[in-house]
Amino acid sequence: MTATAVDHEIGRDRRRKEDQRLITGRTRWTDNIVLPGMLHLAMVRSPFAHANIASIDTSEAQQAPNVIAVLTGADFGDELGVCINAWPITPDQVTPVHSPMPSDRVSFAGEIVAVVVARSAAEARDAAELVEVEYDELPAALDLKEAAADSVLAHPDLGTNKSALWVFDSGEAGTGGNVEDAIGKARADGIVIEREYRQQRLIPAFMEPRSVVVDPTGEQLVMYSATQIPHILRFALAATTGVPESKIRVIAPDVGGGFGGKLQVTPEEWIAWAVGRRVGKPVKYTETRSESLMSGHHGRDQWQKLTLAAEKDGTVTGLKVELLADLGAYVAIVGGGVPVLGAFMFNAIYKFPAYHFACQTVLTNKTWTDAYRGAGRPEATYAIERLMDELAAEVGVDPLEVREKNWIKHEEFPFTTVAGLEYDSGNYEAATAKARQMFGYDELRAEQMARRASGDPVQLGIGVSTFTEMCGLAPSRVLGQLDYGAGGWEYASVRMLATGKVEVTTGASAHGQGHETAFSQIVADRLGVAFEDVEVLHGDTAVAHKGLDTYGSRSLAVGGEALVRAADKVVEKAKPIAAHLLEASVEDIDFAGGRFSVRGTDQGMAIGEIATAVFAAHNLPDGVEPSLDSDATYDPVNFSFPHGTHLCAIEVDTETGALKMRKYVCVDDVGNIINPLIVSGQVHGGLVQGIAQALWEEAVYDDSGTLVSGSFVDYLLPTAADTISFDIDHTTSPATTHSLGVKGVGEAGTIASTPAVVNAVVDALRQYGVHDIQMPCTPERVWRAIQGGGAGGSTEGAAMPHFDPSEPGQDSTEGAGA
Amino acid sequence: MIPAQFDYVAPASVEDALAALAEHGDDAKIIAGGQSLLPVLRMRLNAPEWIIDLGRIESLRGVRDDGDSIVIGAMTPHSVVGSDPLVAEHATLITRAVEHLADAQVRHRGTFGGALAHADPAGDLGAPVRALGASFVIQGPGGTRTVSADDFFVDLFETAIGDDEILTEVRVPKHTGWGAHYEKFVRVAHQWPIVAVAATVRVEGGTIAEARIGLTNMGSTPLRAAAVEAALAGQPATEAAVRAAAAHAAEGTHPPSDLNGDADYRRHLATVITRRAVLAAAGA
Ligand SMILES: Cc1cc2nc3c(=O)[nH]c(=O)nc-3n(C[C@H](O)[C@H](O)[C@H](O)COP(=O)(O)OP(=O)(O)OC[C@H]3O[C@@H](n4cnc5c(N)ncnc54)[C@H](O)[C@@H]3O)c2cc1C
Repeated sequence: MTATAVDHEIGRDRRRKEDQRLITGRTRWTDNIVLPGMLHLAMVRSPFAHANIASIDTSEAQQAPNVIAVLTGADFGDELGVCINAWPITPDQVTPVHSPMPSDRVSFAGEIVAVVVARSAAEARDAAELVEVEYDELPAALDLKEAAADSVLAHPDLGTNKSALWVFDSGEAGTGGNVEDAIGKARADGIVIEREYRQQRLIPAFMEPRSVVVDPTGEQLVMYSATQIPHILRFALAATTGVPESKIRVIAPDVGGGFGGKLQVTPEEWIAWAVGRRVGKPVKYTETRSESLMSGHHGRDQWQKLTLAAEKDGTVTGLKVELLADLGAYVAIVGGGVPVLGAFMFNAIYKFPAYHFACQTVLTNKTWTDAYRGAGRPEATYAIERLMDELAAEVGVDPLEVREKNWIKHEEFPFTTVAGLEYDSGNYEAATAKARQMFGYDELRAEQMARRASGDPVQLGIGVSTFTEMCGLAPSRVLGQLDYGAGGWEYASVRMLATGKVEVTTGASAHGQGHETAFSQIVADRLGVAFEDVEVLHGDTAVAHKGLDTYGSRSLAVGGEALVRAADKVVEKAKPIAAHLLEASVEDIDFAGGRFSVRGTDQGMAIGEIATAVFAAHNLPDGVEPSLDSDATYDPVNFSFPHGTHLCAIEVDTETGALKMRKYVCVDDVGNIINPLIVSGQVHGGLVQGIAQALWEEAVYDDSGTLVSGSFVDYLLPTAADTISFDIDHTTSPATTHSLGVKGVGEAGTIASTPAVVNAVVDALRQYGVHDIQMPCTPERVWRAIQGGGAGGSTEGAAMPHFDPSEPGQDSTEGAGA
Repeated sequence: MIPAQFDYVAPASVEDALAALAEHGDDAKIIAGGQSLLPVLRMRLNAPEWIIDLGRIESLRGVRDDGDSIVIGAMTPHSVVGSDPLVAEHATLITRAVEHLADAQVRHRGTFGGALAHADPAGDLGAPVRALGASFVIQGPGGTRTVSADDFFVDLFETAIGDDEILTEVRVPKHTGWGAHYEKFVRVAHQWPIVAVAATVRVEGGTIAEARIGLTNMGSTPLRAAAVEAALAGQPATEAAVRAAAAHAAEGTHPPSDLNGDADYRRHLATVITRRAVLAAAGA
């Protein structure tokens, strides 16, 4: 059966091609891969946050059944390589050497000190319990503010915990005025809002734990990894382990989610690589969920000190942002760059005339941090959207009114912001008007007043977030100016097969987003072939030989545009051949709906027929190569700037502090939409992830640096049972800097929703004198705030002990690994 | 998440299970639904050499009517208890509690007896069975004995079941016609309760004639809110009367402090939730 092309694929609600195999799990997850003679690894991890390694005795483990080797950092030299930081944010950044398996000192609980290689995963795990490690505990730098004061050093040899201070000042940059002048003036005759907000530590809890298989048995060394970044991984392996890049093939098979958590080069990958090469056999390592929560990189973790200056009527005049950002024990691959990605977004959609941003990154003895869905922009959006609500309260106007007074009007685009970015398009008025209407804003405000008046034990709060963000990472030139270690282009190729089917490769590396579907729609439209006839290949450096992978809502805005250009080249190549075969001149050939036709006649050929003719190559014009295959590398000229208006109503049970979401409406402008169903999926999922930061998730450590929320019993992830059905819609202001007109949508929901929720909670409680609740807004914090207890301090206490082993008559075995 | 090696036996009778338990002593562990034991094994918090599976013992499964009581076999899965008509009619409080216990998968595997033997003070079944005055039938090498709910729960994860014994069934006195409600306070749906209250009341013409109230996670064992029960007896089923009685809910409790809340917050919650549970149970 031949599928036929429909008129317009772009804009259709196509079900995702990839879903059946992903949902059923009958696919190539890394952990499903079994290679001949494959050995299994288990890691021995430090239970201490900071300790010198006095000794490691592997003798008993070596004797355990079917153990091939037990190796420590000392058993490897340079061949182990290092985990890299690709973005030193300042020239003088203090960056500890990050050995995948240190031999002298551990710097966070969960760091690997030894690896067991055995014939089965169970035997490896059993033997790992037999490795005896003696530690001399060192004082640990745990609290971010204390660490910033260098009271205890996370890495004593560095002499400081302060890694880098990154500053942007609009006065110095020439993009705006001097913020101190603005604040001074506001102190005299305006409004100054000063707040300190906490971005708690989060864990990117992707569905599929990380897994890696290394196969050293072929001519190329092959690494399969559950990663978002196969191409960057390949580069980093070559750069740090001495293996030529050409000898390395990295494959990211189907990957079960990442959310930034798999945008990393991990110690586990490096150790598997070194062990595979050492033993000359395929090896596999798959982490447990406990290991994942403890040692996969974490996200957020900032203190934000904020000063907003405004005139009495609420017109903003300046914004000063001072951040402390917790790097954890090492500077991860993006590391300190995460808060820098937020630096350009604190001013958001508002016309601040003066802006100052300073971020101090700080090393601690906690799990290292890096990108987590939104990476820098959720933090910025949270701060500014919370502040705008505070400003509205101070002025005594509706939060939407103060926003409207300050936002960029739609006729003012393109608009250069005080942070120096040029926003190409947007319409905040339109999105807000639509959201307001869908939400029933005025009715809910009336209900809120009525509940207040009657002293109802259930109070209503309404939260607003009119966010924007920068995504579609990123113009290479800008990345260069920021000292990022790579560019931001993307690659695509289109291969016309002999049977008329189309094979597409992309350097983007989908891990659940639906690229295969969306990219097929683009190619189907561009080449006029059937959706079903397009195959999208990715995630293998031998298939899509170059690329910069998937993160920062870049795949469609950058990778999609590369694909458009590659497809257009196919058409250009096919045209003279069509003319030749149709015995017409090239100037008379039109291409539409997948057909090359001779203008003014009914003669024509489908692109598939031309592909077949090119394959045979029996009758081509002189000097034309027998190939239609084309590729393109596209470097974006600008970021893309999705925006939207999110409105959230929350009921607060004032007797218990319990929160119940009543309604959530968002109207996002993500430019043109290729597949509305996929966009909805991204928005819904993104919203839940952002709401989860507001209400549920937090990585909590105890005083000794142990992760207390180390399982899903205590790290609270929401499920569908905890959320409501969101009302989502769109306005459309196409991006103007590329042909697809799309903007990224992967992170939008997460970025926007967190402040909408917290603003709603605070809005309900403002009547009690509350102007902040620390995230996550637990019922206890809310209840204490109502009782006059402030915003709430740090989360403390033990985990819930549901799986207590201490039942009578049983010995428990000890082991840091789990 | 691979447990340490163990040997496995699945006897077909309680006697054979007891014999296996006697033979392996401290090295053995009973498995029922495995919903609490397996995580312990997989996280290697415990490594018994023998696992004795009660899953093949038919006599431990099911619910039957026994005159004044209904009898719930220890190996009856939560899902079966939750949909059993005898339980719904005579021990409605248990039906209400099971509705809130974990998720469908866990309810399908986890068992009534296993949950009670595990004795997690945050478990959802302890408070209702205490409130209903259930008794526990325990079989050991020396025969069978019956322990009252008040004596069954000894401490955190500790019950009256001896090392060489098996819980075979739970006898629940019929509370036919009593109103019942289980109010569970959680942050996310699949969580163990931060605090929960199991309330069942006999209402006669608008008056609470009798009330039985169990508290979940307000101490190291499930508790009875005796002061509230006493204060409610003979009171009208009104918001004001119940509020006054429920103010006693935290008396004599020793709730934990953990990530989900401090002890004083839990004490406060107990009073609010008790009020709500009683009012709902009374249909008020
Ligand atoms: C994700 C998850 C969420 C959960 N949420 C909740 C919740 O919200 N509320 C709640 O109440 N529970 C919850 N549970 C626990 C659940 O109720 C378990 O089913 C229960 O705690 C144990 O029952 P089991 O049959 O699985 O027992 P097992 O795990 O097999 O055994 C538990 C313990 O009891 C012992 N034991 C079992 N049966 C007997 C017997 N007949 N005689 C003597 N000793 C015995 C075992 O040796 C073991 O020590 C949850 C569990 C999971 C995995």
